[in-house]
Amino acid sequence: MAAITYDRATVQYPGAERPSVNALDLEIADGEFLVLVGPSGCGKSTSLRALAGLEAVADGTIRIGDKDVTHLPPKERDIAMVFQNYALYPHMTVADNMGFALKISGMKKEETRKRVEDAAKILDLTEYLDRKPKALSGGQRQRVAMGRAIVRSPQAFLMDEPLSNLDAKLRVQTRTEIAALQRRLGTTTVYVTHDQVEAMTMGDRVCVLKDGYLMQVDTPRNLYDKPDNVFVAGFIGSPAMNLIDVDLDGDGAVLGGRSFPLPRATMAALAEDGSKTATLGFRPEGVRLVGEGEGFPFEVVVVEELGSDAYAYGTMHTSRGTEGDKLLTLRVDARKPPMKGEIIHIQINPDEAHAFSASTGRRVSGDAAPAPGGGATRVSQA
Amino acid sequence: MTIKILNAIIAVVGGVLGAIVLYWLLNKLAELLPGRWEDRVKPYLFLLPAVAAISLYLIYPAIQTLIYSFANKNSTAFVGFDNYTSLLKSQNFQNTLFNTLLWIIIVPAAVIVVGLLIATLADRLGPRGEKLSKTLIFLPMAIGAVSAGAIWKFVYAVRPPGQNQIGLFNGIFTGLGGDPVNWLQLSTLRFNSLLLMVMLLWMQAGFAMVLLSAAIKGVPTETLEAARLDGAAEGTIFFRIVVPQIRTTLITVFITVLIGVLKTFDIVYVMTNGRSKTNVIAVDFFNQLFTNRNNGNAAAIVVMLLIIMIPVLVFQVRQFRAEEAAR
Repeated sequence: MAAITYDRATVQYPGAERPSVNALDLEIADGEFLVLVGPSGCGKSTSLRALAGLEAVADGTIRIGDKDVTHLPPKERDIAMVFQNYALYPHMTVADNMGFALKISGMKKEETRKRVEDAAKILDLTEYLDRKPKALSGGQRQRVAMGRAIVRSPQAFLMDEPLSNLDAKLRVQTRTEIAALQRRLGTTTVYVTHDQVEAMTMGDRVCVLKDGYLMQVDTPRNLYDKPDNVFVAGFIGSPAMNLIDVDLDGDGAVLGGRSFPLPRATMAALAEDGSKTATLGFRPEGVRLVGEGEGFPFEVVVVEELGSDAYAYGTMHTSRGTEGDKLLTLRVDARKPPMKGEIIHIQINPDEAHAFSASTGRRVSGDAAPAPGGGATRVSQA
Repeated sequence: MTIKILNAIIAVVGGVLGAIVLYWLLNKLAELLPGRWEDRVKPYLFLLPAVAAISLYLIYPAIQTLIYSFANKNSTAFVGFDNYTSLLKSQNFQNTLFNTLLWIIIVPAAVIVVGLLIATLADRLGPRGEKLSKTLIFLPMAIGAVSAGAIWKFVYAVRPPGQNQIGLFNGIFTGLGGDPVNWLQLSTLRFNSLLLMVMLLWMQAGFAMVLLSAAIKGVPTETLEAARLDGAAEGTIFFRIVVPQIRTTLITVFITVLIGVLKTFDIVYVMTNGRSKTNVIAVDFFNQLFTNRNNGNAAAIVVMLLIIMIPVLVFQVRQFRAEEAAR
């Protein structure tokens, strides 16, 4: 087991206009479960494959422990990877699939067999050891892929969307199992997913990428509560954070013809670049209903009842008029949701409101405005 | 020319129309039958033309050949197993059988190895290089065996010492200071047979390469990457991961080439006509029948060829069924 370090690592595919991964700086602690998350094409898989040695690193270095592995072939990196489609060897039995790496390394047959059987026991695969992958269900194949990784006791596990081929129910179950297994083995794990729920539930820390740039890396809680920028704010959380472009007046944002006061420090920071607009963000649960005459009017368009929760989608008028207004989301009382077409009045909790600079997209409100140039928080709106 | 084209058109149109009319009549015939009998008999009626054709062109000649193989050279009297015993005792036929065995052992294996090698190497070229090299290697497929013979005669050609050598081999050989050699008469260690096998290899390697290349491309990249991460070297990956995954294609190619080898006639006939210990079973058959006019011997040779081929065919059919079942 070992820590993993990306030091300004850059990967560019031949013929591509811009790098797929752009000067990535990331430190993963020994035994940590780190999730790389982002939309398609953000470079998360490429980062993982570069760590595995399957993509060439154009610039910068990657270290596993103290060893610089930037230009080492995959087999010398001592890491195991779980692929999205599992990449099981179709012509080998489950036992041979799991024992392949050990066999190649010249390990004795009995020792290999013992390790494979131990891993099979952990993963509940004992009765399938003599089957071929073709005769297994999707979930079982996924476990074989996991087994192939754990028998090797490698320095790190790399997982590339290992759950995306499972059905929804199995995905939730396996998600928990993988997280529990990782805690138990204590092996450093880098996990790639596009699903932010997986990212939030599994990772010790989550690293959000966009267009090859690192947006923010932090604990799931902090990503949710203190997103560094508009992108992270909109990406993390389901339903997503409401983001509204607003005009600024003397002491706040103009919303629905009224002013939503913002802290003085925030206003000062926003005014720094002379901008008269900003992006205001609040979570669906960051509001409370108030009586008529208070707060801001909100016209309900659709109500979604999910049993434990209910979400109201609707519009709130900003000073920009109604034209460009997108639907906002509110979490409302599941027992007595508002009616479609109803106009309700809401108040945004000042503690849960975020303001983002219109020019840089960075969060400027309140306490956690990150120190510029801080290691893992480089932001770019390229 | 016009008449030929017209004939061809009439044959095509007439053939198709004739088949339609035939099946229409058979259908009408079946409809004449009462009630359930119509459905019971109809499938057999529809099978009838095909069964008749196979019987007439395949089964009847096979049985007739078997019968001739026990008869004398004019097929006028039965001689029991005399044809077989005299053939198997004869030095020449033993030689033929030995050569055929060599062809069977060497050529399919060599075609697989060369085809696999080219497919693997071409896979590593750029898209244009791959296309070009594959086209070049596939080209001999389009050349008939007799034309190939004409080409390779020039490769192996020999001129008396002192004259300019027009053969490629002798050109190189005399250029290096040697005396011209008549390669096709060089029967030591069956070297001349090997030279003939090279021709079939040259013609078949492209076929093997195309099929194997497609199969190699069908191997999921992830399994190769997984093996790389598992610590396997490139050789290990090839033999333990790639080859097992293209096994069915390998067997298909092997059997196709094997059957081609068993039928090999034209190359040997054109190049040496079986002289200098290069004879193979198909050429021997041809010469027994048309040169020696010995129906009995010719039929016996064919029956032996058939006996050799039956296990191969059974294996091929089984393999095909297993593949279908696995799908």
